[in-house]
This record gives sequence, C-alpha cells and structure tokens, in this order.
Amino acid sequence: MSQPSAPDLDFNTPALRRFRKVRFVKDKIAKWGIAIGGVSIIGAVLLIFFYLLYEVYPVFIPAKVEEQSHYAVPALSADPGSKTLMLTMEEQAEVGLRITANGSMVFFNANNGDVIDTRTPPLAAPVTAFVRDTQQSSEFAFGAQNGTALVARHRYSITYPNDVRVITPDIEYPYGEEPIVVFEDGAAIAHMTMRDSDHGLTLIASDENDRISASRFSKEENFMTGEVTMEREALELPPVSGHVNQILLDQSQRWLYVLTDNRNLHVVDLRNSTLNSSVKLTSADHKVTDIEFLLGGNSLMVATDEGKVSQWFQVREKGEFKLENVRQFETANNEVRAIEVEHRRKGFVVASGKGELALYHSTAHRTLLDEKITDNEILQLGISPRGKNLLVEDSSGQMLRFSVENEHPEVSWSSMWDEVWYEGYEQPSHTWQSTAANNDFEPKYSLVPLAFGTIKGAFYAMLLAAPLAIAGAVYTAYFMAPALRRKVKPIIELMEALPTVILGFLAGLALAPFVEHNLPGIFAMLLLVPFGMLLFGFTWVNMPARIRHRVADGYDALLLVPVVILMTLIAIQLSAPMEDYFFGGSMVHWLDHQMGVTFSQRNALIVGLAMGFAVIPNIFSIAEDAIFSVPKSLSYGSLALGATPWQTLVRVVLPTASPGIFSALMIGLGRAVGETMIVLMATGNTPITDVNIFEGMRTLAANIAVEVPESEVGSTHYRILFLTGFVLFLFTFVFNTAAEVVRQRLRKKYGQL
Amino acid sequence: MRVSLKDWFKSGSPWIWLNAGAVAISMIMVIGLLIFIAIRGLGHFWPGQIMQATYTLPGETPVLIAGEITDTEMVPARQLEAMGIVLPEGQLEAKRILLKVGNRDIYGSDFRWVLENHLSNITYPKDMLSLERHEWGNFYGNLKTVKAAGEVVADVASDEAKARELFAKYFAESAAIHAELLKIQKHDIGGINYALERLRLKERGLELKGEKTPENLAPLEAERAELEAEYNAMQGKMSELYANENKNSFTVVEANGREQEYPFAKIVRFYRPNEMGLFAKIKHYFSKVGEFLFDDPREANTEGGVFPAIYGTVLMVVLMSVMVTPFGVIAAVYLREYAKQGLLTQIIRVAVNNLAGVPSIVYGVFGLGFFVYFLGGSVDALFFPEALPSPTFGTGGLLWASITLALLTLPVVIVATEEGLARIPRSIREGSLALGATKFETLMRVVLPMASPAMMTGVILAVARAAGEVAPLMLVGVVKLAPSLPLDGNYPFLHLDQKFMHLGFHIYDVGFQSPNVEAARPLVYATALLLVAVIALLNLSAIAIRNHLREKYKALEM
Repeated sequence: MSQPSAPDLDFNTPALRRFRKVRFVKDKIAKWGIAIGGVSIIGAVLLIFFYLLYEVYPVFIPAKVEEQSHYAVPALSADPGSKTLMLTMEEQAEVGLRITANGSMVFFNANNGDVIDTRTPPLAAPVTAFVRDTQQSSEFAFGAQNGTALVARHRYSITYPNDVRVITPDIEYPYGEEPIVVFEDGAAIAHMTMRDSDHGLTLIASDENDRISASRFSKEENFMTGEVTMEREALELPPVSGHVNQILLDQSQRWLYVLTDNRNLHVVDLRNSTLNSSVKLTSADHKVTDIEFLLGGNSLMVATDEGKVSQWFQVREKGEFKLENVRQFETANNEVRAIEVEHRRKGFVVASGKGELALYHSTAHRTLLDEKITDNEILQLGISPRGKNLLVEDSSGQMLRFSVENEHPEVSWSSMWDEVWYEGYEQPSHTWQSTAANNDFEPKYSLVPLAFGTIKGAFYAMLLAAPLAIAGAVYTAYFMAPALRRKVKPIIELMEALPTVILGFLAGLALAPFVEHNLPGIFAMLLLVPFGMLLFGFTWVNMPARIRHRVADGYDALLLVPVVILMTLIAIQLSAPMEDYFFGGSMVHWLDHQMGVTFSQRNALIVGLAMGFAVIPNIFSIAEDAIFSVPKSLSYGSLALGATPWQTLVRVVLPTASPGIFSALMIGLGRAVGETMIVLMATGNTPITDVNIFEGMRTLAANIAVEVPESEVGSTHYRILFLTGFVLFLFTFVFNTAAEVVRQRLRKKYGQL
Repeated sequence: MRVSLKDWFKSGSPWIWLNAGAVAISMIMVIGLLIFIAIRGLGHFWPGQIMQATYTLPGETPVLIAGEITDTEMVPARQLEAMGIVLPEGQLEAKRILLKVGNRDIYGSDFRWVLENHLSNITYPKDMLSLERHEWGNFYGNLKTVKAAGEVVADVASDEAKARELFAKYFAESAAIHAELLKIQKHDIGGINYALERLRLKERGLELKGEKTPENLAPLEAERAELEAEYNAMQGKMSELYANENKNSFTVVEANGREQEYPFAKIVRFYRPNEMGLFAKIKHYFSKVGEFLFDDPREANTEGGVFPAIYGTVLMVVLMSVMVTPFGVIAAVYLREYAKQGLLTQIIRVAVNNLAGVPSIVYGVFGLGFFVYFLGGSVDALFFPEALPSPTFGTGGLLWASITLALLTLPVVIVATEEGLARIPRSIREGSLALGATKFETLMRVVLPMASPAMMTGVILAVARAAGEVAPLMLVGVVKLAPSLPLDGNYPFLHLDQKFMHLGFHIYDVGFQSPNVEAARPLVYATALLLVAVIALLNLSAIAIRNHLREKYKALEM
C-alpha cells in the first residue's frame, strides 16, 4: 500500500496571504476590543464612584467671594462724611439702596455706582434713629428728633421696554406719609425697633433718657370700603435699668430685647409686660458692638469688640422661656464692625475692623470664608436677597461689589453627625427633616437617624437571617443527603430571586397586622419551635430501629417540616389565651401602658422578619459553598480518629470554612443595609433614633427612594441625598471587597489542601 | 437501646437536629409564601357568593345588608368590651366578618366590618345581581326595570325572563359601542394628537433655526388643517356613539330598597354569582383572568387589568437584555479567555462583585443623576431643542431605565457566562487552535457556541432580576399610569423617551399609595402572583439549563 502523497498545496497565494492577514487583523481587533470591554467593568464602578463624588463634592467646598467692581460711594460727594445706615440690593442685585444718616435714600446702579434716584423722608425734624424690619420684608423706619417715626418700604417694578429689563425703584409709606407720634412731649428718638406683620405693626422706641415707649397698631380693614384704619394700643413695659444701647423685637412681636450698658440684655415678655430675664452677654472688659436677628427673627446674633459672634435664642424648658447661648463663632481677633444676615438662609456675613470679611452658617456652625478683602476698614455691608452679591463700603469712600459663591452653606460634618441645637428645640438633637410647608423652615440634615435606622434594620434582619442561614448551610452542606440537597438548593435560589417588592408588600399588608394580633404567639414561636425540634429529635433516637431505619440518613430535615408547622400553629393558637392571661387582653396595649413601650404596626420586627427572609439565601448560598468545598479528606480523617460528626464539624470543618462564612455574613449585611423596598413598605419611614423593636425607622436607602423624586436638582437636599447614596456605595464597597478578598484567599487555601 | 438525655446531648445530635430545623424553617417559609400568594392571587377572580342578612346593631332598627365575605377574624370578648360591645354570657370570642358591600356611590365605602352576632336570617338570594362598573366599584342588588330611551320596556315584577333578556341584550350593545369608542379614543385620536404634537415641535424647530418662513410653514399648516379636520370628524362620530351608548338604562334596588338608575354605558360586566353553576363560575373565572392580563386598569389601578404594566415590564426587560448581553459576555470572555490571571483580573473580579453588591437604589440615584439629568439633559440640548423646556430625554424614561438595569444586572451575566466558559474543557480549545484557527475564530466558532446555554442562563437570571427590581426604576422612569404604551403604531413606534408602567412598581403603588387599599388588595395579590410566577419560571428554567449543561460537560470530560 502506498502512502497517498500530500497534495501539492501552495499556502502562499496572494489570496490566502490576504485572507491570513485579514484573520490576523480580526484577531488583533477582537483581542483589544474584548480587553477594553473587560476592563470597562472597572470603568463602570469608577464611573459610579466618581459621579456620586462629583455630585456630592460641591457641598463641602468653602465659599468664594470675588470683586466685580468698585466705585466711589454713591452720593457721598454730595454729602461728605455722611454715615451709611443701611445698604441693600433688590432681587436681581442690579439696583442698590443706601440710606444715610440724614435720611436720604439713594438708589444707585449696583454695578457702577451711578445714582438713579434720591428720596428724602417727609419728616419735620432731622433723623436720629433708624431701624429695619426683617431682611425679607424690605420695610424700615426712621425716628426723628421731634419724637415722631415714619415707616417706609423700598419697592421695585420691572418693565421690559424694547425687550430690555428696566428696574424702577420706588419708596412707599405703608402707614402713610404722616409720621407717627411716638413721644408726645417731642423727645428725640434715640433707639427704636419695629415689626410689621399681617396683624399689625409694633413700634418701640427709647429716648435719650432711656424712657421706652411701645405701641401696637392693629390694622382693620373695612369690608365695605376697603379702607384701612389703624388702631393704636400702648403697651406697658416693666422698668429696665441701665443706659439703652439697642432695642430689638422678635418676629412674633412677643419678645422685646433691650441692650443696656453695652453688655446686659433684658428680655421683656410683651404679652404680660414682665421682665423675663436679664443676661450678661460679655465680660466686664468687653462690649457688645451689634445685635442682629437671624432669618426667622428668633435667633439673636451678638457681636462683640473682641471679635466673637454668639447665637442666642429662647428655649422653652418646662413651660418657662430662657434665653440660651447656643453657639459661638470665633472670628479674627478684632472688633466686629458689621453683621449682615442672609435673606433666605440662616447664614450671616461679618466684617471686622481690619478689612476682613467672614461668611458663616449658624445652624451648620460652619465658617465658609474668612478673608481680608480690603486694606481699609469696612464700614457697612449689604447682601442681595439671593445671597449671591455683596456690597461693601470701606473707610476710603469706596464701594466694592462682590460676587459670592456660596451654594451649600447649610451642611457641615457637624450638622450631619453631631447633635445640633435647632431654633425652637428644647435641646440639641439629631434630626432629619428635609422639607416642610412653611417658608421660614430650616432644613435639618442630620444623617444620624437615617444611619441608625439602617443599622437597626440590618441588625434585626441579621438576627433572624444569620443563625437560620448558617445553621441551614451547615446542615445542607455537611449532613444532608445529596439527592435532597439537589432539591433544596434550587428552592433557596428561588428564594433569592423573589422580588423584594413582593416581600415588602406581604410584610406591610399581611405580616404586620398578623404580628400585631398574635404578638405573644410570635415570641412563643421562638421558644416552642426549637423545643419541638429537640423533643422530636430525642423521641426519634429512642424510637425502635424498625421505624428509624425507614428514613435514610440525611433526610431529618424533612421529618422536621411537620414538627415546625405544628409548633407554629400551636404557638399561634396559644397567642390569644396568652394575651388574655398575661397581658390583660392585648399585648400591644400592655406594652404601651404597662411597659411604656410604644408599638407601631409596621416596625423593626416586621422589617427584621421580611428582610431576614430576603437575606437568608445570600448568606446560605455562600456559606454552603464554603462548607461544602472543605476537602472531604479532612473530615474523613477526623471521623476515622473517632470524633463524632458534630465534633468533626465544629473542630475541623467550621474552622476551615470560617472565612467563607464570614464573607457570607458580610455579603448578607451589605444586602440588608442597601435593601430599599422592604423597608419602604414594612416600616412607617419615620426618621427616629430609637432601639425599640416595636418602632419603625427610616433607612438611608428608603430615604433616597422617598425624597429624591421631590428634591430640586442641584439643591443642597439633592446633593445630601446623593451623599447618602455615596455612603451606601462606600459601605457596600468595603464589605464586598473584604468578602471577595477573603473568598479569593480561601480558594487558594483549599487549593493547597 | 435507650439513649439517655445526657448521652444524647453529649453526642452533639441536638445541634444537628437544630441545624436540620433551620433548613426546614427556610423551606417552609419559601414554599409557604408561594402558596400564600398563589391562594390569595388565584382566589381573586373566583365569583364569591353574595350574602344577604338582617343586620341588627343593639339599640338600632334592623337593616338589610348584602355583600361578599372577603375576610373573617376572631375577636376576643375583652377587646369588644373595650369598644362597648357586650357579648352574651359564656362567649369568649366573636367572629368578625369583612363584608364587601360595594355601592360606593351610595354608602361611601366598599367595605364594612360586621360582627357575626349581629347578623340574622342569612340568605343567598338567587337573583342577586353583581355589577362591575366603570367607576364607583361594584354594585350589589336586584334588577328592577329595564328602560329603552327612558321608557320602561320590561319590569322584573311582571316578566322577569324578558327583563333579563333585554338587560343582556342592551348590555351587549352598549359594550360593543364602548369598545368602539375606546378604539377611536386611544388609537385614532391618540394618533392625531401625537401627529399634531410632532407638527408643533417641527414648527418650533424651524423657529429656533431661524427658518420660520411662510414657505417652510405652508406644508405644516396644510398637514395641520388636514389633521384637525380628521379630528373634528372623529369628534362628531364619538359624540354620536356617546349618545347611543347612554340611550338605554336600567334601575336596580340595593339591599334596603333604595332605587338607582344607571345607563348601560356604566357597566363593565354583570353576573349573578348565587345562581351560577360550577361551569359558569369557571367561565367567569377565566374571563376575569383574561381581563386581568389583557385589559387596561380602571379606577386608579384598583380594578381591571395590568396589561400596560406587563407590556412595560417586558419591553424594558427586552431592551435591557439587548444591552447587557454583549457587555456581559465580552467581560466574561476577557476574564476567562484573554486576560492573564493576575492582579488586573483580580481587580476586575472585585469590581464585578461590587457591582453585584451595590444596593439597587444607588443604581437608581446614579441613573437619575448621570443618565437622566446629565446625559439626557445633554441629548435634549443637542437634538431636541424644540421641545425645551419640557424635557424629552432629560426625564426618566424607558431608555434610561433599561440602561440602569443593564448596569445592575451586568454581574449576573458575567458570572454565569464565566462559569459556562470555565466548564468547557481545555482540550476543545486546543484542538481548534491546533487546526490553525486564530484565537478569535476559536472563540466565535467553538467556545461561544458551546457556552451559549450558559450565556442564556445568565440572561434569564438577569431578566428575572430586572423584572423584580423596583427601587431604581422609581427614580428613572416608572409611572403609576402611563397614557400610552411605549411601543405603538405612531412613528417612530418605539418611544424610548416615554415613561412606562411596571409590574413591581404597580404592586408598590396600588398596595401602598392607593386611596382604596382594601379594594385594591386582591388585585395586588394577583399581580404579585403573576410577577412571582414569571420570575420563578425564569429562574427554574435557568437552573434547568445550567444542570443540563453540567451533565453535558461531565460527559465531555470523561
């Protein structure tokens, strides 16, 4: 037989060569394409990480001011040396208003200082006192030498001739151009304060002899004619000792604060005309330079000549009001010249004697900026309503206009994690309250209740899941018959696949009412079910061998199914009698009245049960894998040396598999922390910090789901929610990476065994 | 041989029993949960008997009450005492019944808790009529007269058979008209409105480009005039149909004899459960199941079907699979076939695990911020400036939801595919390479076809995961009620920017945000059952494929 000769093939024809080249190129392209695809997984994780960071980052950057223009103080040349009483801007920060010591109101272009309009108040005597209402109200009042006062308001109308925005300023006198007579005897007004609201106007003034007059004007509108008539009511005041430096009235028109001798603050309750308290604001060798109300008109910001600004407000304690020093801001070590508070946030600007400007936020207790902006002294500050522009008048007769970049002042590390003393609260607290109906509302962004709720939910879930899943995994991997194991594992996988929205729905609508009605039964179950299992086990070993041998080894779990069901039913049946016998008919009622434990239907117990259910398969699968992949030779060795199966398990198998079990717990915890729907549906979602198992909570994840759709894009609230998302991401990142590293180590170790 | 308790504890077997018990408990929980959902979900469609009874509250005149029993519970006497109800001596607890009394337009609420003690003369009258209405829920009562154009044409008192016959006839007529109206409203008028909106956007687009000249506008105006004419024609037809639909009416009396008149147009379905035989009930059952699966929801999602939610879920999942499969497979191929095992692959594995472990709500937040606002906002500014300020892609929608979920399910596909690739014996690859195939050819012709069942497993698992995920979808495009389907007959047919309905979100929304939770609950159970069934089916098939695969490769390794 002759070997068939190899066919004469030419592999180097141009066509084949080209074909080879194409194949080679394809192969190269595929190699790189696939590599890029593979590495892009890292890219995806990094993208999530950095995108979240990018959204969160602006919250933590400090404020920035930048000079936009400077010009000579408007109308200063016409009246050299005149002091500025007030500087402010309208909404668009285009028109500024400067009110001088002689009462002239100068509107000017805030960009270049051109005077637009100048008005003088219709007063018969020189101006001796000046006060502004809250920043938002745009009202202010002059006090005159002849004991009269005049309330005025600046207003702006916007028109669009030829599609160009033109802002026309105007001054109005809401209570008429006729001055209000404060002191009948014509004594000059030295200090005054005013508050205007829908109900009426309160005007309080003092003269040089420290005599204080307070009157309230109530508006009454005639329904027929629409005419507004004023009714004057004199308020009686208790005597206040000392020389008056400043008087202030809070927004509710109830509390009058009188600063005397540059140091003592007297708090007068106008409702019952009593002196509530007197407080020393500084030590004897310093004096108070200015007091301003913060937005909302409750907090007093007190500035002193040693460069300190402190915040004070009334705290209600056992029905009594007390003025408390809530927090302090240390500024540069020199005199505070001016405080200007923001119109829409609880922030304020402080100018010191040496040309330094500082921005603070009161509630967040945060210093946003502390910078020297001019070499001269700063005399007066004016901030625009939106808080984006700042006017500064310095001692060289220059007006400087700054742009302010200060988007998210209300958040700081301490406001998120420490107790914060909010206005109207009795004591510092951790509070999450991001939105409310009214305007003066101050968002409270403490993450503590949310983090606490997250940990609480995860804890109760793990309390159920960890023992059940690990014990189940131990049995399934080590004792169970292989045929049964093949049936059990898919069921557990199915358990993992159950949508959490269904678990949450069942927990909230079916389980929660059931548990409420059978509370003692649920706790009885904890005792009865294990007891039943042990009882059955003991009975079983003492059964005649004939019966015992009918059930093959490794099928004990099946035997226990009816036992568990039976014990559960017994526990539920016992529930009503137990409630009757031990708890006087209702355990919920008993908890509330006898133990002082509040019970809400959707509580941490429900979450623990439902979320535990969701977490069991995660822990089970990984722990089972870890135990099952412990080399059989190890356990055979141990058994051959005479150890019982249980001893082998505890001394040999579990120690070897423990890193795997640890990683299973990590993964389970990670899942419990991030679970959203179950918590959303099975709790009341109230952000409270309470370990009580019968109370609900709000978790970080559920909070995101509830609030993100309603938050404004780019707002502080939005960014904080992203921050909580970022925290969740980091948390699970750490846990998952730890678990994965442990698992990879374990794989190597088993490889060696 | 007797084993003493002491010896037994010493041997450690009690612990083994407890471990076995843990497995038993887990199994009972899973299976019990599935059975519970199945019973509640399947029971919803079965026509319940309508009970009629005399309801006597102590100290009040007896009234008649009629309704379906939906739930019962036992209340201990002590709790009732606290509510001021005294039970007869010796009775320790009483049965409390939740009656669905219907007639929300008359009574104000559909449900009522009554004590069994207060009921007497319980009967199940044969001619009790149950009406499912387009609004106000069910009506329970008796038919009195049938009217044609306001005139009484049949009276139950004189000729019941005729009244019933006419009732059925008129109902069929009005139902046919209703179906036609619905078709015009949804399909024809919906299409016209959509076309008009597109014209408006075109015009605005021209304006933005500075090309709003009469020449350019003329064709638009012509088209608009045509559409408006068509619209008016439709309107005319509809008002005629409306008049026809409302022509005939009937009067019914509720349990206490109050008479109500309704046009047939208000009725969705009528039946007399108390005289239904088993087959009639089965027929009714399947017709209700059909309604549930293929109809639109009614009454703020508490009645009717879940078709748009099924449709939205399926479409979203399909889009997601199209996106996730190539990426997942490429990543798995890289990890198994191309990359040198080392630090880089270890990092990638950590990354994959992290993607799998990151809470789904974080994906939602990321999707909202990055896809919707960042990418979507840019897309709008570039391609859809004419629609601004109302966003096109700058708000949650089908596309962003599918991409977000694709990212979320990526690890599932990677892990499953990798496992499949790992099971293919080396020898097969080496054989292919030895024959001169390039690595890529080996991959495409040999390895991937063999691994395709594994890829399939991965995709099925991903689909199952995505179908059940709700939290991220709430942020990136799911709504409680979508006005139109995201895939319909209007150009460009697939509306990637549209918001859609989803089964999982439907459960959350109807179960927790609905104004009438009690009435909606059975529907939620049915929806939950549907979702669980789909997901269980997907998972079990994935498991079956995987097991089959393992067997196959075991044979190869021999």
